[in-house]
Amino acid sequence: MSVSMPPSQKPADPPRFLPAGDGAVVVEFGSAVDEALSDRVMAMDARIAEAGIEGVVETVPTYRSLLVVYDPLAIRARQLIPRLAELAANAGEATTVGRRWVIPVCYGGDHGEDLEWVAKVHDMTPEEVIALHSEAIYRVYMIGFTPGFAYLGGLPEILHTPRRETPRTLVPAGSVAIGGQQAAVFSVAAPSGWHMLGRTPVRTFDLKRDDPFLIAPGDRIRFSPVAAAEFAALAARAEAGDIVAWHEEEA
Amino acid sequence: MAALLVVDPGPLATLQDLGRVGYQRFGVTVSGALDERALRLANRLAGNEAGEAAIEFTLAGGTYAVEAAACRIAVAGGDFPLSINGRRAGAYASHTLKRGDRLAIGRAQSGTRGYLAVAGGFDLPRVLGSRSTHVRSGLGGMDGQPLKAGSRLPLADAERFDGPDRWLKTSLWPKARDVVRVVLGPQDDLFTEEGKTTFLSSAYRILSQSDRMGYRFEGPPIRHAADYNIVSDGIAPGSVQVIGSGQPIIMLADRQTTGGYAKIATVISADLPVLAQCRPGNAVRFRAVGVEEAEDLRAAMLDGIERLAAAFYRAGSAADDTANLLGVNLIDGIVSPEEAPPR
Repeated sequence: MSVSMPPSQKPADPPRFLPAGDGAVVVEFGSAVDEALSDRVMAMDARIAEAGIEGVVETVPTYRSLLVVYDPLAIRARQLIPRLAELAANAGEATTVGRRWVIPVCYGGDHGEDLEWVAKVHDMTPEEVIALHSEAIYRVYMIGFTPGFAYLGGLPEILHTPRRETPRTLVPAGSVAIGGQQAAVFSVAAPSGWHMLGRTPVRTFDLKRDDPFLIAPGDRIRFSPVAAAEFAALAARAEAGDIVAWHEEEA
Repeated sequence: MAALLVVDPGPLATLQDLGRVGYQRFGVTVSGALDERALRLANRLAGNEAGEAAIEFTLAGGTYAVEAAACRIAVAGGDFPLSINGRRAGAYASHTLKRGDRLAIGRAQSGTRGYLAVAGGFDLPRVLGSRSTHVRSGLGGMDGQPLKAGSRLPLADAERFDGPDRWLKTSLWPKARDVVRVVLGPQDDLFTEEGKTTFLSSAYRILSQSDRMGYRFEGPPIRHAADYNIVSDGIAPGSVQVIGSGQPIIMLADRQTTGGYAKIATVISADLPVLAQCRPGNAVRFRAVGVEEAEDLRAAMLDGIERLAAAFYRAGSAADDTANLLGVNLIDGIVSPEEAPPR
């Protein structure tokens, strides 16, 4: 007789292994944007890195899946998939707890052209939008689109805002923006239909640093409002190579 | 400084190698040569490692002048007419040039991409491990930009090369094809059976809105089973995304790292060079193969290039037809490994 387990103890379904040509396998944990799925992706990503499987070239973690890029001259899919399945079965929880970043943001005005509009759409004051946006803790689900561009989950539902009908041709680097139910920090200038609430002096991608990428999937982010004068001071320090973001513990 | 002067870069020329590997998790595009096979051949003809950075050009090659005591070059890819100081010269061959020589590469008679390799390679920094240019993010190559008239590409070791020039006779050049093989998936289950049949039985014409990022196609619509949007996941090279209208887009070297359209199939790596040589207006058909066959075909393609490199005709010497003909079979990826000669 089968006994149904309470939801919290129900073992998760094993991932699906889907072919992506002769050099990649998709390890798919689910099809939704969901914290638990993201935890499993990050745990699996960590296990693959630890396992050091010969022939695995790189992995690309996303909201719900992991693209495992391999060299078919070093390992074949029929050998790789059973090894990945074994790792998935014992992946456990993500052990590497992501870092918690505090990112300073100058909201509104020239730094956030859409703040007033977003406030109006939601029948709020700009200050209320800033408070909601900067009190939330965001999870970095994945990095994509451009080098260092962080896709953030955790935007308060009340701030969910459809994208612009006509995308802007260029949104400046450092833009802190929202689109749909997501939030983001723009690493480099790029076209976008998202709404710019503010700008950070933090460079999430800077080739001048030894590690050019500041934020990794699995990290958490909180935004801290700063005035225009402080933004300018921080921007000057960022220009000189300072990270100007800080860790939550130090905040 | 020993350099190759860009007199005229043609319509689009960028520096490309085998791509920027290892940074996709940070959103960094792989880039790299669209026709990996031609890049490897150009380099092997020039006497380089197969993956050295070379100039990738599109439809026409442009004009270059040598600012070094000597410089060995080789061109491979589509059927591009070459001239050196106004005299005709062969593609799929190395040529040893001297100071002041002018190399002109004309419009392709067939094919689309060409590769100009120089012996010793270009003395430009690797950015995140690669010299490949990604214009959108401004990485690699010369300041992350396409080549411009007047640019000087510094040569790393121009005067160091060994032996006589080498060449590959025309019958051994990779052949154009209009059938491209794919592995179904990763999201083929999001399409109807009829949709999959349509995809594998119809001709799709390449549209002019095609570039290094991807090829757009037009043909009978491929039916999704439900929504065409998925929650974004990673994009492998050759991924066949099907947009809402049912038309396919094949993601190439400059693709973004993640995307939200369902992917019905992935073009096999041995056939990406075939696709790279097709141009807008050409029609292509897709044929499904299994993962293992695709893996075998990749191995056979790389093996074929090295067999050809080992058997390059030495200028003026007798030809070894057998080795070369076996080589071309392999390089074209037509025979299966079971039919290949013993190693």
